[in-house]
Amino acid sequence: MSTSAIVEEQTAPEIERQSMEVDIACAGFGPAMGGFLSTLTRAWTENPADPAFESKAAPGMPLQVLCYERADDISSGVSGVVTPGKAIRSSFPDFNPAEIPMAVPVKSERVMYLLDPIGASRRSALLRLGDFFLRLGGKLVGVKDHAFTLPWTPAFLNKHGGLVLGIGQFNQWVGSQLMATGLVQIWPGTPVSKPLITGRSVEGLRLADQGVDKSGEATDGFMAGMDVRAQLTVVGDGPVGAVGQALDEQLGLPEGHAHREWALGMKFVIELPEDSPLKPGTVWHSFGYPEPEIFGFLYVHPDRLVSVGIFVPSWLSDPSRTAYRYLQHYIQHPALWPYLKDGTLRSWGTKSLEESGRHGEPYLVGDGYARIGEGSGSTNMLTGSGVDEAWATGTQLGEAVIELLRAGKPFTQENLASTYEARRRASWVERGAREAENARNGFQDGFIKGLIGMGLAGLTHGKLSLNAKPIPAHKQIRPFPANSADGLKLKEAAALAVADGRPLHDALLSARGWPEIPFDGRLLVTQQDALLIGGKVQAMPGFADHVVFRNAGLCIACPEKTCIAMCSGQAITLGEDGLPAFEREKCVHCGACLWNCGQSPDGVRSNIEFSAGSGGLHSAEN
Amino acid sequence: MANVLHIVVCAGIVPDPLQTLEPVTGPAGPGLKNEMVLPAVLDPWAASALYEAANLVAKNPGSKLWLVSLGPKAKLQQVMMTIAQKVAFELVPVDGPIGGFPDAHATAAALAETIEAIPGLDRTKCLLFGGWESATRGAGVTLQLVGERLGITDQFQGVDQIDLRDDGSFEVLERVEGGKHQVSACAGTPAVLGWATGNLAEPRNNPQVGMANMRTIMPALAKAKKASLEANGLRYVSVSLPKQQRTTRVEKNMTPDAIAAELVEWIGAE
Repeated sequence: MSTSAIVEEQTAPEIERQSMEVDIACAGFGPAMGGFLSTLTRAWTENPADPAFESKAAPGMPLQVLCYERADDISSGVSGVVTPGKAIRSSFPDFNPAEIPMAVPVKSERVMYLLDPIGASRRSALLRLGDFFLRLGGKLVGVKDHAFTLPWTPAFLNKHGGLVLGIGQFNQWVGSQLMATGLVQIWPGTPVSKPLITGRSVEGLRLADQGVDKSGEATDGFMAGMDVRAQLTVVGDGPVGAVGQALDEQLGLPEGHAHREWALGMKFVIELPEDSPLKPGTVWHSFGYPEPEIFGFLYVHPDRLVSVGIFVPSWLSDPSRTAYRYLQHYIQHPALWPYLKDGTLRSWGTKSLEESGRHGEPYLVGDGYARIGEGSGSTNMLTGSGVDEAWATGTQLGEAVIELLRAGKPFTQENLASTYEARRRASWVERGAREAENARNGFQDGFIKGLIGMGLAGLTHGKLSLNAKPIPAHKQIRPFPANSADGLKLKEAAALAVADGRPLHDALLSARGWPEIPFDGRLLVTQQDALLIGGKVQAMPGFADHVVFRNAGLCIACPEKTCIAMCSGQAITLGEDGLPAFEREKCVHCGACLWNCGQSPDGVRSNIEFSAGSGGLHSAEN
Repeated sequence: MANVLHIVVCAGIVPDPLQTLEPVTGPAGPGLKNEMVLPAVLDPWAASALYEAANLVAKNPGSKLWLVSLGPKAKLQQVMMTIAQKVAFELVPVDGPIGGFPDAHATAAALAETIEAIPGLDRTKCLLFGGWESATRGAGVTLQLVGERLGITDQFQGVDQIDLRDDGSFEVLERVEGGKHQVSACAGTPAVLGWATGNLAEPRNNPQVGMANMRTIMPALAKAKKASLEANGLRYVSVSLPKQQRTTRVEKNMTPDAIAAELVEWIGAE
């Protein structure tokens, strides 16, 4: 390691920054980075004397590999997942789920179509007709508790042999193994503000400034974010990470590619009652409720813990996408509630999912950098699988880096393409991504057409699919109708919101016929209380606001203000003068505001800037 | 003139108080549910001591700072990933058990033995720092017992400030009742200081400090000696959390004064 003081060239006023030379700088610690670092350290541990692992940045020292993570702790994950786990098992041949809290092999799986027992969900006439016949058939056709269980789980959804994991716990397990090798350093609580780009080359990472006010201006104790210069920068900061976003914006995306489709995953971790019949390893997938487009899940962990959640997609064009309220209605569905009603909420979590799949894939490599994981478009939209794919891309990059180090070749675009990208293109990740790339076509035109499109792609391994031209996320939000039944309900909701001070979109759901939530203080709690139960939110002082409204005039004029409805932490509220107000201390960094903004200052980007910030959800039980 | 100090900070790790903590009684006695699942943090009181110590070391060239911590190696490593970025220190880890309610005498014996074995530590220049309390399961006596075992008789508790003089003597502010401080003068090292919150803000994360610390922390963890804390016949019968009450209410139009007045009334009614 060598250090020096340099002067920042790009911005005025000039800020003196510390600079540090390392060999490999990594942004974000998740499954993809776990796969990368595990592959690298395993090869290194097998042969510590291998000259390939000698540092160029600090001659005489071993390779200097540093990873920076925004969250306070690497266990502050936000997801309970079910994953095929084949790439993870491949990295750890002696993998024993019993060593990881909340991990268990998948034992049973079912897919359910949930009918609407309330009558408030927005169902088309065709869907209502289908529901009518299902209800008519009743138990004879397999309908029980307002749910129709598919007689089999389609192969493309099947996770048999896979794993139920709590990603927070899994990350903690992987991180502790990596750190124990002493070969890599993972630093939580350290957000990366941007990549250091010269031309089209990436030369490292810039850490976020500390000791600044909300707008980023220096205050007492100012500490300019350090420049970490590296021969290779590994970008694994997820779909809304600051580094990935900056690369997309400055280097562009491949022709025809765009981040157009998103979903917000939100879930509860619930402790089941002692007499619960749900066995660890049980996996349920659902669709049809609380809105037809909202998919749901229930995964049973060991020790009577269960993850229950929903995915609210961008193609749910309704501007009132109040995910937390929807999640509360979801768990009260008669097919789930009998199992959950005596449970206790232990934790809560949420994150944005990049649902464009291969259509959102950025340039995977360039001079000095490589991209892995969800932000690199690895998630399989057909199988609903992302963790294993992300891990696999990390291992592929790890193998490529070892190959280049041993060959003494630099990390150029050409060398990374012939090693990492070539491995990825030849792998099952790429095959799956190609099969899945059009699997979501149809949902843009409605739920039934979407199901047909998904089934078509799934059953033909992607050979057949529907045609579609997805539009940018900010255009997917339907404007509030002015003079329709919905418009009248909006006025009704606005009156409610004014009367009792609750969020407008929450009131709108009530006005539409969704029943009030019967809070019990144990499982059904207010959203603000959920932020304090298990999933407490943290924000280190001294960092700038990471959510910025680009053009205030557009926000004030925006009638929908979906950013407020979809803010998972209620960190965006309606401020004075009609401008949304952001409270950094409540933000869980889910990134939903980024794609739930119906306004655009330039026709491409939304009106919300989501940049590097400190803190976020602080829960380990997920 | 600067004083050369050898500061040893005793700091335990505790389950992150921001997580859901639920007491349970197992075969080994009272404990916390899913404690292995929970991340750990440096005990907040002792963290204040560490930051104050680092400040003193920075102001007194030639001084040294050791952080002595007893806990499971894996958890210590996890905590170091955060703490090591804040201030420079040399870690002296002791690989001990997690959770439970260890006997303060056994803990103090293990810590004193470890401190006595620190190479290069001059006990005549020693300031033994720690938290005056613990965020969890603290008996509130461990630090004093360590001091006694090391033969350090000048002890101060609830410390918020220390001012060193050129002649090596120093003045200490200790918390007493009524929000006041007791001012004491001490002729010089060695001394034991159990810190309250001190006056320093939590230092910012500095990647270079982290890099430098990690060069010694990982090897130290690798060769941490084990300590088994004997119960010495001590048995904890039960444990309970303080009763909590949380009432959430959104107020947008109340003035800060009105909110303060309501809080005072509410506290007074308890």
